[in-house]
Amino acid sequence: MSTTLTLNGKSTTLDADPNMPLLWAIREVAGLHGTKFGCGMAQCGACTVHLDGQAIRSCVTPLAAVAGHRVTTIEGLQGKPAKAVQAAWVKLQVPQCGYCQSGQIMSASALLAQNPKPTDADIDAAMNGNLCRCATYTRIRAAIHVAADSIRG
Amino acid sequence: MTTEFIDTPRAARRRFLKGAGGAVALALTIGFEWAGPARRALAATTTAAQHGPFEPNAFLRIGADDSVTVIAKHVEMGQGAYTGIATIVAEELDADWTHIRVESAPADAKRYANLAFGTMQGTGGSSAMANSWTQLREAGAKARAMLVAAAAQDWKVPASSLRTERGAVIHDASGRRRTYGSLVPAASALPVPQTVALKDPQHFRLVGAAQLPRVDVPGKTDGTAQFTIDVAFAGMLVAVLQRPPRFGATVRSFDATAAKAVSGVVDVVQVPRGVAVVGKSFWAAKQGRDALKVEWDDTHAETRSSADIMAEYRRTAEQPGLPARVEGDAPKAIAGAARKVSASYEFPYLAHAPMEPLDAVVKLTADHCEIWAGDQFQTVDQANAARAAGLTPGQVSIHTLYAGGSFGRRANPGSDYIVEAVSIAKALGANGTPVKLQWTREDDIHGGLYRPMFFHKLEAGLTSDGQITGWRHVLVGQSIVADTPFAAMVKNGIDATSVEGASDIAYAIPNLSVELHTTKTGVPVLWWRVVGNSHTAFAVEAFVDELAHEAGEDPYQFRRKLLAHEPRRRAVLDLAAQRAGWSGAPLPAGKGRGIAVAEAFHTYVAQVAEVSVDKDGKVTVDRVVCAVDCGTPINPDVIAAQMEGGIGFGLGAALYGAITLKDGRIEQNNFDGYRVLRIDAMPKVEVHIVPSGEAPTGVGEPGVAPVGPAVANAIFAATGKRLRVLPFSTENVA
Repeated sequence: MSTTLTLNGKSTTLDADPNMPLLWAIREVAGLHGTKFGCGMAQCGACTVHLDGQAIRSCVTPLAAVAGHRVTTIEGLQGKPAKAVQAAWVKLQVPQCGYCQSGQIMSASALLAQNPKPTDADIDAAMNGNLCRCATYTRIRAAIHVAADSIRG
Repeated sequence: MTTEFIDTPRAARRRFLKGAGGAVALALTIGFEWAGPARRALAATTTAAQHGPFEPNAFLRIGADDSVTVIAKHVEMGQGAYTGIATIVAEELDADWTHIRVESAPADAKRYANLAFGTMQGTGGSSAMANSWTQLREAGAKARAMLVAAAAQDWKVPASSLRTERGAVIHDASGRRRTYGSLVPAASALPVPQTVALKDPQHFRLVGAAQLPRVDVPGKTDGTAQFTIDVAFAGMLVAVLQRPPRFGATVRSFDATAAKAVSGVVDVVQVPRGVAVVGKSFWAAKQGRDALKVEWDDTHAETRSSADIMAEYRRTAEQPGLPARVEGDAPKAIAGAARKVSASYEFPYLAHAPMEPLDAVVKLTADHCEIWAGDQFQTVDQANAARAAGLTPGQVSIHTLYAGGSFGRRANPGSDYIVEAVSIAKALGANGTPVKLQWTREDDIHGGLYRPMFFHKLEAGLTSDGQITGWRHVLVGQSIVADTPFAAMVKNGIDATSVEGASDIAYAIPNLSVELHTTKTGVPVLWWRVVGNSHTAFAVEAFVDELAHEAGEDPYQFRRKLLAHEPRRRAVLDLAAQRAGWSGAPLPAGKGRGIAVAEAFHTYVAQVAEVSVDKDGKVTVDRVVCAVDCGTPINPDVIAAQMEGGIGFGLGAALYGAITLKDGRIEQNNFDGYRVLRIDAMPKVEVHIVPSGEAPTGVGEPGVAPVGPAVANAIFAATGKRLRVLPFSTENVA
């Protein structure tokens, strides 16, 4: 069985079980490793990718569900909000172990694309599904504000 | 990632070391000193290889392209070890920070032992900076001296007329300048100096710099950082292992028919720890495991519930324990005191739950075992892997990758996940096919090696004017090191990791008795970030707060008076209180402030927590002000990050963390049942670092210790209620 989607801007056909979670299709079939496995049940957010611009948990999304849709992973992240988020992550030295950070950045960039001036409460609501056991949370909050400020100039 | 492991000069070095062979020659290889005779022989090799890199010692390599590669003997698991290690070397080398890269060292106790651990290579006990400090300063300084000598020879000027700056040797008198890369061939031909002067700390440019970026952040921001889960080889198989649902159970029988019928499953094999389903992908193997049927033999299994075990601990605490520290006569002093105070505290099992579920990749043949893992105890894992494979440790090589968190979990004496991976590769025929063992989150939560459950009973006597006359502290819980290769750490029946933070209580108390009951259960336990202080600091700091209240004194001032002989501990206490604006004045209704101080691994940390408690009893931790004294601050931003993260980690445990057993089965499965801190509960954090010229100590763990008691004490200040059972969510705060 094969599924065709737009992966990081390119039309891509993945030959895999349509019930396979998108996470494993991305990692093991498409060979893109930036998206991480953390829980397998949408509890931790390490697997966050964009589906038509929205942050989703790829570990509970069947491959078949994204046929014909646009999927963006950390490797294909582009655009002003995303680049501002990544720059802010470096500026504020957010990552520690780094394992959850692809997912954090995917959630943060989706937030900024929809809400250019989030409050702390907006950030907490949008980022609450992304666990970080290193608890880099204070820097994540601060970095999202820095990114928002930089986009507005 | 493969380029790291096949570069020619390193392979040449390994060959050389193999050839040198004898114990006498290799005895010289500890730390820097191996580089004497060995390096000269190697120089001949590398010069012949058309000016290969300058490798003056085991810790750094300078390329003709000016690149400086620092070899890290410690794992990078988030704590900033790679950056710290590189900073120390680069400081003394006067390297250009932008040319620094870090590469993980191979498993080799001779060259890469943790000097704090003795003869094994590993990372733990917040020791990476402390044990590397002098070793790496010398490594950098000797390399710099050789580069200077090479330039002096070339320019025919005295070495004393030269200086170094950002990766170059400079002769101010003539305006000449040579980059380190251009000096590689000449420096490689020179002998390594026996001694070298280290920099005066006042000339440090990198150590202590406010903004020295971490070496690992770019790759951890664009998805390119390589973790074990990302290792992929052509033809690699992926295994998931079905372990028994109760600790100590064994496989009675299994039926693999349905598992093998899953598309992509290639084999199902029994190994000592369970039954492994092996597939062409994780998804295939996982589906296969879901279809696997196993009958378990519970004859030797732990079948109790954690509540039953805790009930037993409570009874045990009524008996005197083995003395961990005795001064004066505490029972008598307490019996004769004007006022007596007692309290008990309960701590659950805790899982480490690093974000990257445990994983390892193994390539096993009849005479070699190659392992890729976020390895924390390289030479222990090497020995355990060798035993599992039927090889010698010398036949096992380990590639240490970034670990997606660990918090102690990957530092385990039995190397559980690595031994499992090796045993699966062996069961598959040891045919050289790479096999990745991937744990799921459920495997991780069920997998054991938890922070041990503990019960603490404290009693103290106070004089009528509030002086402590005696203190008795009885601890009940499992030993982390008993029955492991680390059992020698148990002295006179006392496992120091059970009582640290309690037996070394710093408060000036005339009569002390700290007693330990070491229990046995079938639940495997392990060190968990900050180890003993993850419970002892809570018990001590919560109880001393109770005594302050009983004495009618301000909890900060009460502690302060008892710490006159402990200047560093008192200094962090003062700094935290001052920066938090601590005063005797009460906070508005529903708000509370609490303080706690701890020392772990020779680092002192004090924290002031501010909480709000709403009318329904919901607690919000608003702010934590943290003061830390870790000796010379190597990278202040990394120190701040470790305090911030330690606070979040400790707070999550205090609020929600618990692994519980019902009839021997773990009741939690994933992050839904095993709650950890999320961003909405993360307080504002301020970190203040005590300026210091003392030798650096660690920061990965100590920040975890004070937050639980500081918050508990703040909740008391807000509500008048003492929370003595962890986690707080199990108690009704209102």
